[in-house]
Amino acid sequence: MSALVEAIGVGKRYGDFAALDGVSLAIEAGELVSIVGPNGAGKTTLVNLLTGLVPPTSGQVRFKGEDIAGIGPVMLAKRGMARAFQLVHIFPELTVAQTLAVAVVSQSSKALRFFTAVADDAAVNSRVREVAAIFGLEGKLGTPSRLLSQGEKKLLDIASAFALSPEVILLDEPTSGVSSADKHGLMKNVVDAARRAGVRSIILVEHDMDLVAEYSTRIVAIQAGRILADRAPAEFFSDPGIVAAIVGKRPPRMPPGAS
Amino acid sequence: MRIAAALVALAAVAVLPNVLSPYHVTLVLPALAYSIALLGFNLLFGYTGLLSFGHALFVAIGGYGAAVLSSKLGLRSFEAILALSAGASVAVAIPIGLLAVRYVKIFFGILTLAFGMLFHSFLFKFYDLTGGDTGIRVLRPSLLGRAYEDLDKTTWLVGPFYYYCVALLAILAFVMWRLVHSPFGLHLVATRENRRKAEYLGVRVRFFRLIAFSISAFYGAIGGAILAVNTGQADPELAYWTHSGELVFMTVLGGFGNFFGPVVGAFSFIFLKDQLVGLTQYWRFWLGAILILLVVLFPRGLSGLTERMWARLHRSTPS
Repeated sequence: MSALVEAIGVGKRYGDFAALDGVSLAIEAGELVSIVGPNGAGKTTLVNLLTGLVPPTSGQVRFKGEDIAGIGPVMLAKRGMARAFQLVHIFPELTVAQTLAVAVVSQSSKALRFFTAVADDAAVNSRVREVAAIFGLEGKLGTPSRLLSQGEKKLLDIASAFALSPEVILLDEPTSGVSSADKHGLMKNVVDAARRAGVRSIILVEHDMDLVAEYSTRIVAIQAGRILADRAPAEFFSDPGIVAAIVGKRPPRMPPGAS
Repeated sequence: MRIAAALVALAAVAVLPNVLSPYHVTLVLPALAYSIALLGFNLLFGYTGLLSFGHALFVAIGGYGAAVLSSKLGLRSFEAILALSAGASVAVAIPIGLLAVRYVKIFFGILTLAFGMLFHSFLFKFYDLTGGDTGIRVLRPSLLGRAYEDLDKTTWLVGPFYYYCVALLAILAFVMWRLVHSPFGLHLVATRENRRKAEYLGVRVRFFRLIAFSISAFYGAIGGAILAVNTGQADPELAYWTHSGELVFMTVLGGFGNFFGPVVGAFSFIFLKDQLVGLTQYWRFWLGAILILLVVLFPRGLSGLTERMWARLHRSTPS
């Protein structure tokens, strides 16, 4: 059984600059893999490669055993991987229900229906309500996205990625712009939602080491375009050398009972 | 509510020949033609967020289609003329769209403008084929197989042809209503609102834009064919960039944020222009001034203004 998402000796050069060099990584079903590293280490490049946005200069990127190098976002969604961005991406004039319906419909054979009213489609509506309920947005279905609070916009952005029913979801700093008091709540919500929605693995890019420590099953640290460490959280944070290189001085607060 | 208002408006338009002078009824005909063309134009502009500055190209294809088919090829059935002209328009729209929908905003606008001017030059310069600046005559077509040879031109225009066009507008508006409320329409708005997000939600942005572009070309040609039959002539002015500008003007006047905005815009524009032309030779100046005021004060156009007044009225009346 091959890994769900796989990078095999992947490199990416921009002119003379090697953004990534010989990175190999395999993500199995059931994992929540965090990608961490200082700014400029190559996290974004790695994520762009793993999601097929840009093709690697060398090596291979596979999803469910198939090469996805540079396939682009539309095909990525079709194959079963969703991505949510660090900055909030919404459709300002569409309501919450319409936003979720875009994702629900695009993955069905209904995307090219020209004469049926999408608002009257019972199957679409029930799926929309289901996803909205997971994220606590069921009371806002009729609200235009631009009128939501910043936190709700963030939730909607992530919820719409879930509405694709993906097997793998990539979250790029999902808690950025969220108050530190709400970060854990959001993260817990997302992880629970993923479990309920049948998402098989989550790839997380996150700066907040408390969150990384609490939710990851594995942490991949990138430095200067190479993998510095690829370990379970407990081992990761017990290595002072790695912690100093990636996190800086402050050791993270390990959750009680973490192994 | 909106549908009820639309039905009332439709009924009002249908009785106009009984209350208006034939001259004013012949003014309603271009308003009907532009309403159809602009419903298509607004699928592209209002819903998809792509502003074409060359849309008169498709109106001209409809007009010249009617001219060539009726006076050069002897085809009289208006249904066949509409189908063939609109088909030709879509056939032209697809290759242009394949290039143009890769771009947005000013780049899309300039590309469509360029194609419109290209077609205008063709009409103007290829005298033998197109009749140059005099254009080609459009012969009176038969409607649903009936020639109405006993009617003189004006009686035919304000009679059978008028009702035919009203019915056409009703049908095409209904089809467009279904389109914008369908999954397809929802995807168009999503691509307008946030292209990148739409792609990550699995929306094939360029493909959907291309379909919208083609549908708008279809509607444009239908409008153009009606215009040409009404004037009895297809000339290069139909494809000129100022005509494209008028299409934009009418849509902004009526309000592109509203489904019926383009229809409101078409009717207001035709009657406004008629009044201004009668009052002053500087009518273009006044049209320009009105547009500036509108954009500054009521960016949502006349339909947006009406909606706001309606909402205010409802708020002030206790229910």
